[in-house]
Amino acid sequence: MRWCHWVNFPILTIMIWSGMLIYWANDEYKITLFGHTYVRFFPDWYYHLLHIPQRLAEGMAFHFLFMWFFTLNGIFYILYTLISGEWRELVPQKKSFKEAFLVVLHDLHIRKMAPPQNKYNAAQRIAYTAIIVMGIGSVITGLAIYKPVQFYYLTWICGGYHFARIIHFALTLGYLFFFVIHIVQVILAGWNNFRSVISGFEVVNEQPKMITQPMVETKDEDEKAGPKE
Amino acid sequence: MKKPVQKNKKPKKELTIDQKINRRNFISFTTFAVLGGAAFGGWRWLYKSPLETPGITAGTRAPLRRALNKTELAFRRIFSNNNLVKTYPKSMAAKNVRHNTDIGSDSKMDMDAWRLNVNKGTGEKLQFTIDQIKSLPKTELVFSFKCVEGWDQIQYWGGVKFIDFINHFGLQDQTQLGYVGMETPDKGYYVGLDMPSAIHPQTLLAYELNAEPIPFKHGQPLRLIIPVKYGIKNLKRIGTITFSNQRPRDYWAEEGYDYYSGL
Repeated sequence: MRWCHWVNFPILTIMIWSGMLIYWANDEYKITLFGHTYVRFFPDWYYHLLHIPQRLAEGMAFHFLFMWFFTLNGIFYILYTLISGEWRELVPQKKSFKEAFLVVLHDLHIRKMAPPQNKYNAAQRIAYTAIIVMGIGSVITGLAIYKPVQFYYLTWICGGYHFARIIHFALTLGYLFFFVIHIVQVILAGWNNFRSVISGFEVVNEQPKMITQPMVETKDEDEKAGPKE
Repeated sequence: MKKPVQKNKKPKKELTIDQKINRRNFISFTTFAVLGGAAFGGWRWLYKSPLETPGITAGTRAPLRRALNKTELAFRRIFSNNNLVKTYPKSMAAKNVRHNTDIGSDSKMDMDAWRLNVNKGTGEKLQFTIDQIKSLPKTELVFSFKCVEGWDQIQYWGGVKFIDFINHFGLQDQTQLGYVGMETPDKGYYVGLDMPSAIHPQTLLAYELNAEPIPFKHGQPLRLIIPVKYGIKNLKRIGTITFSNQRPRDYWAEEGYDYYSGL
């Protein structure tokens, strides 16, 4: 799981970056309410800051290479969680939705007590399952706009070519939103928790960032730490 | 063997849990840093890798071009002539048909002198007039024309199916070859098509747009409409069609785009 997480981080970063190179060529999305445009994706200064313009072909070349790694890593993660039984810790339960609300209240310091939990709390269960569903969604909507003739049924399921492209774009915004919350939670959870994500039983890829784990975790829970008292 | 083991055992007993954790964390973080560094190094390698040697394709980093070609092979497996492009009622077709580029189709020319040149794989050359082509059964197609940039537009085209053209003029044996190349009369724009896409039942040699003869800027008198490809493959004003077993040259593949560009 840790491996998948750390492998995914750079891949997703590359996918989002190359996706922006592609999006630039036809950047039509904005949020308009009552005739006033509030957000336009993306302003020119943003494009220039990141050197995005005029790189469509390059963006497509990167996007269509790393899509394979993104998909394979996702499949591997899902298979691993299913086979190892870890999905039981991750999939939301009936009570999770009610509890997640209490967890949020607790995290916002509105409520004193957090509901009891196992490895992941209710809010985490929902978030970490949702992000997997989003990943599947990105692959499906991606295929729907990549090969709309050969995968016409996927395009149809996604509500057509235009809507599939919008979902694909919105999911990407969703990742960025997830990332922000995720980083805040990791910082709040503290060093011990972060370290466990690196050293769980072995290690992976790339710079420190991403993933939270429950706050109750301590050194002694490390799986490979050998004989305990 | 025994001694070291025993020696090892002693300190192990004395190792506190804290020490073990430290040792393990050290290994973990070192591995993490090494792999992270390797990943970063791999990325720098890819990002700085040299451009491919210009040939039929050009303008893309060599490893990425290899990946594009491999990906093409994977997706050619699932290509089927039974998968048809979605069609729309004529009423939905755009009146103002989008015009993106003039490359290869802005040279002045005498339309009366226009002929369609066909080069067979054997080197044999054939010529056709527009009237010969118009005498074949007409096929109309209202579909969503998709640009590699991301936009699309519903357009209404009419012409002869390329496969009908092939069958009528006895070119069936040419479909055994791997590719079809098409070029504008001024050779300013050119595309290469894999044979399965070229003989897809919705691939047209079009001479009508919105039930009128195609205007000059859209490729008068005859242009390619190939809905299983992005717009970059939909050549305006066909001058020459060549059947070949080699990839024909392709304007945008030389500019870094995927040669296949299939939908």
